[in-house]
Amino acid sequence: MNRLYMTAAAALVAAATALPAAAEEAKRGGTMVVAYKDDISTFDPAIGYDWQNWSMIKSLFDGLMDYKPGTTDLIPDLAESYAISADGLTYTFKLRPGVKFHNGRAMTAADVKYSIERAVNPATQSPGQGFFASIKGFDEMAGGGAAELAGVTTPDDSTVVIELSRPDATFLHVAAINFGFAVPKEEVEKYGPDFGRNPVGTGAYKMTEWTLGQRVVFERNADYYRPDAPYLDKIVFEVGQDPTVALLRLQRGEVDVLGDPIPSAQFVEVVNDPANKDLIVEGGLLHTGYVTMNVTQPPFDSKLVRQAVNMAINKDRILRIVNNRGVAANQPLPPAMPAYDTDYKGYAFDPAKAKALLAEAGHADGFATELYVMNTDPNPRIAQAIQQDLAEIGVKAEVKSLAQSVVIAAGGDGTAPMIWSGGMAWIADFPDPSNFYGPILGCGGAVPGGWNWAKYCNEALDAKAAAADAMVDPAKAAERLDLWRSIYIELMDDAPWAPVFNEVRFAMHSARIGGDKILFADPIHIPVHYDYVYAKDAQ
Amino acid sequence: MSDAWKRFRRDRLALVGLGVVVVMSAAALLAPAIAPHDPSAQFFDGLTLQGAPVPPGGKYLLGTDLLGRDLLSRLLFGARTSLVIGVAANGAAVLVGTALGVVAGYLQGWAGAAIMRFTDLMMAFPALLLAIALAAIFAPSLWIVAMVIALVNWVQIARVVYTETTALAARDYIEAARALGATNARILALHLLPHLVPTVLVYATLGIATTVLLEATLSFLGIGVRPPTPSWGGIIFESQSYFLSAPWLVFFPGAAIMLLALSFNLVGDALRDALDPTQRGR
Amino acid sequence: MLSHLARRLTASLLILLGVTLITFCLTFLIPADPVRMIAGRSATPETVASIRHQLGLDRPLPVQYASYVGKLVQGDMGRSYVQKTEVATLIRSRLPATLLLMAGAIFFELLIGMPAGVFAATRRGRPADRGIMILSFAGVSTPQFVLGLLLLYVFAYLLGWFPLSGYGTPAHLVLPALTLGVAGGGWYSRMMRSSMVEVLRHDYIRTARAKGLSERGVVLVHGLRNAVLPLIAMIGLDIGIFMSGAVVVESVFGWPGIGQLAWQAIQRLDIPIIMGVTLVAAVAIVIGNLLADLVTPLIDPRIRLR
Repeated sequence: MNRLYMTAAAALVAAATALPAAAEEAKRGGTMVVAYKDDISTFDPAIGYDWQNWSMIKSLFDGLMDYKPGTTDLIPDLAESYAISADGLTYTFKLRPGVKFHNGRAMTAADVKYSIERAVNPATQSPGQGFFASIKGFDEMAGGGAAELAGVTTPDDSTVVIELSRPDATFLHVAAINFGFAVPKEEVEKYGPDFGRNPVGTGAYKMTEWTLGQRVVFERNADYYRPDAPYLDKIVFEVGQDPTVALLRLQRGEVDVLGDPIPSAQFVEVVNDPANKDLIVEGGLLHTGYVTMNVTQPPFDSKLVRQAVNMAINKDRILRIVNNRGVAANQPLPPAMPAYDTDYKGYAFDPAKAKALLAEAGHADGFATELYVMNTDPNPRIAQAIQQDLAEIGVKAEVKSLAQSVVIAAGGDGTAPMIWSGGMAWIADFPDPSNFYGPILGCGGAVPGGWNWAKYCNEALDAKAAAADAMVDPAKAAERLDLWRSIYIELMDDAPWAPVFNEVRFAMHSARIGGDKILFADPIHIPVHYDYVYAKDAQ
Repeated sequence: MSDAWKRFRRDRLALVGLGVVVVMSAAALLAPAIAPHDPSAQFFDGLTLQGAPVPPGGKYLLGTDLLGRDLLSRLLFGARTSLVIGVAANGAAVLVGTALGVVAGYLQGWAGAAIMRFTDLMMAFPALLLAIALAAIFAPSLWIVAMVIALVNWVQIARVVYTETTALAARDYIEAARALGATNARILALHLLPHLVPTVLVYATLGIATTVLLEATLSFLGIGVRPPTPSWGGIIFESQSYFLSAPWLVFFPGAAIMLLALSFNLVGDALRDALDPTQRGR
Repeated sequence: MLSHLARRLTASLLILLGVTLITFCLTFLIPADPVRMIAGRSATPETVASIRHQLGLDRPLPVQYASYVGKLVQGDMGRSYVQKTEVATLIRSRLPATLLLMAGAIFFELLIGMPAGVFAATRRGRPADRGIMILSFAGVSTPQFVLGLLLLYVFAYLLGWFPLSGYGTPAHLVLPALTLGVAGGGWYSRMMRSSMVEVLRHDYIRTARAKGLSERGVVLVHGLRNAVLPLIAMIGLDIGIFMSGAVVVESVFGWPGIGQLAWQAIQRLDIPIIMGVTLVAAVAIVIGNLLADLVTPLIDPRIRLR
């Protein structure tokens, strides 16, 4: 059998682990204080799935693959090199030697197998179970029949072979996702469900303290396999900090990094202050905020009506409500995502044309409907702005401001005609265009309880998506992206969504924290890439 | 009754309170006529270019809120929300509480005990948590919020009415009436309820103050009336994040809530003194 | 006395059971699916079904309730759906903050209410009395979130005397406790006043005066001692109110109490936490009521113990 060796992989490893620019001043040592409002929910990589613990888990644990800091490019992590078979069904990962868990034990291939199986094991209740669906034997293990994953084998202590049941172009991203990060079996069994409070991994930092409701402390892992990272000796996460207070403390030098976004009321003043010029970094997020329209519920079953809604929303006005911390969106993908179409114009703001379209669809007098929204600020405000825009074209939308779980249920059950996604909007799990399709726009998500709240099911597009994800050959990467681009643009013609804006985040840090700007604008490590920033005043 | 009114009139503070209530009710009723702008209209010039609200003065007498809507107009229409819920929710609470209290107090025995145990149970329930849970179940609207508040507030009235009814029912003339063959319904209507009116009236008035505060609190938590219906508490909920730089959005509605609740409290207290002089100073 | 106490205790336990039953029914009436929230947005229907089965949420409701109560009497409040941490651990970590806030609030209530009430009672009918009564009413009528934000703005932001939010030092406690204390202080001052007025009318006061004690001595020693009893009853009731009603103040001041825990749990439909917090709050209310009821006969011997 021919094998397509990624001989370039070895070279890539050397290049990729090269530090970002401005590393010449980087010193080892020092402490960084990060402020958050909410307490951390868990550090268990198989379970943690919120934007707060996602990057922290990346610092406590490692996976087969990772991303070059500040970018969306894949590089090997626990794997020293990898090879993909010609048919794209077999991935062979050679693990790097000398990796130790925080408890001192050396990591082996068996640990990688155990960790991936743990994510798939239904007893773990992992929200990321579905990501591993392309691995052979997934259905048997996820269904509860098999006790292990047939597709993952370990011919020796430093080799992991993963066989897929179908070609999956996103698999390397799956190998980089938190849910499969390496965990030591003996510690998991020792702590049971409390492993999330007592994490033990292979990462750059280990957790040494967690005082519930007050503070979490990370300390540098002296055994970390990278000789040059991390720089900081300690990171202290202070929780229970109101964002306004955190900002004031940062200005006084008590806090180094804001975990939550800069509070709206102070935002303009802070961003325009020349003293803060070097302290605030702007970065795109893999996020889109949108209004979904249930295509199975009249009158949203008419394409014309949906297009009219797209034209009725004044996106600039809504951006003003969120302090311009975003850019207007005209397609499902955010600008930071590969396959984003920079030439696509979308539906321009044109209430007159929108009214004309409504008339054409037989609703010259407008109609009444409901707009569901999550009841935490600023989402009800945004919903009211959309409500006013819709009223301009004759659509009387009643705003239903409810608890998050209730809105999600209404979307899943298909009872909500329109939903403003704020607070529950899609943020990509990994930087690949396919991640924006399956659960929220594909037929698979249009089932009762699914997250495709528009209940949009286009078999032709589904087929194209499957074909795109089967293009494993790296030589075809550009072609694959083109195919995805065309899928989303074609989808916009049907307009099951009205994309409104893509969030832009503004990371603020104190003057004593150094690092390349991209470490603060990293779309995957939020708010900063903990492993590569450093303290300028370290001894 | 005229005696009571004379006593009430002597309390000047209560008269002021009554005046405030009348003025606010008038403002609420006349809101569509006197409000300078449409309370739901989001004006383009109501926000600065960076999206901050406009301070009081000029076109917007009391400033604008975070969506560029005129605060004064929203306050005037918000009075409607507070008063409607205040009267409706409290009225419902009083009706339910009085009914249960009277029945329990008159019947005594196992029926009375069962009702009072149920009252104890509802008292043990953390009120705010109950309101929050109910709001999650029933998508909030004006009437749902009123119902939720009523469900939380009826308990106190039931207990007081029960105690009074028990005392009243033990009196001799009730015994006599029963001996003469009067039906229970007749006794309740003719002999008991009229004596309960003063107490119920006092608690009804005081209850409006509590209701207004509770509605404001629920709106503040984001589970109040459906947007864009203006509600004083709701305005504060939406403006919280800006309160350090736009404090007028918190203080004007806050002062309005306080004034209304205070007025009802003063009136209710004076009413209590006026209707039963032996209770003076309590 | 003892049999009365035993009867009250039994009644209290039944009431607590009733509270768990009502809470249980309410959480299931909420039109959302806790399993969907745990399973996350990428879950397959099979995963969802599996999680549902593991949490026992596919059993009939009465069975689920019986199982919950069974574990409860053994001290097991279950584990949070979202964090997998034990509910008891989560509540225990936040209880000190809530208790601290409650103590601070009661302190301020008494600090404001008692002197004000005594002062008003001794100057009954005069302008000072009216003034204090208006202020008391104003305190009671101000919504907590308005007062809290006002205190925050003036004393923390403009003047910088206190920290803006958070938890840790006594300075952090002042503003939130004061916010809760002002409203209660209003009630207490009125209660204190009417109680003092009652007491000052009694014969033994006249006797004390006749014996030649100073006016202040009479008021403070004899009057206060007896007038303070109703306040103790009110403190009992307050315990219950603060355990459950501090959500708003906790939100404004970022105070890590159990109110915030409950609020977040309801948003995410983390049922075990909702049940746990409600139960703890109900226990506090029941204990507080019990205390108040035990003190009341001491105030008014005419009220027979039922």
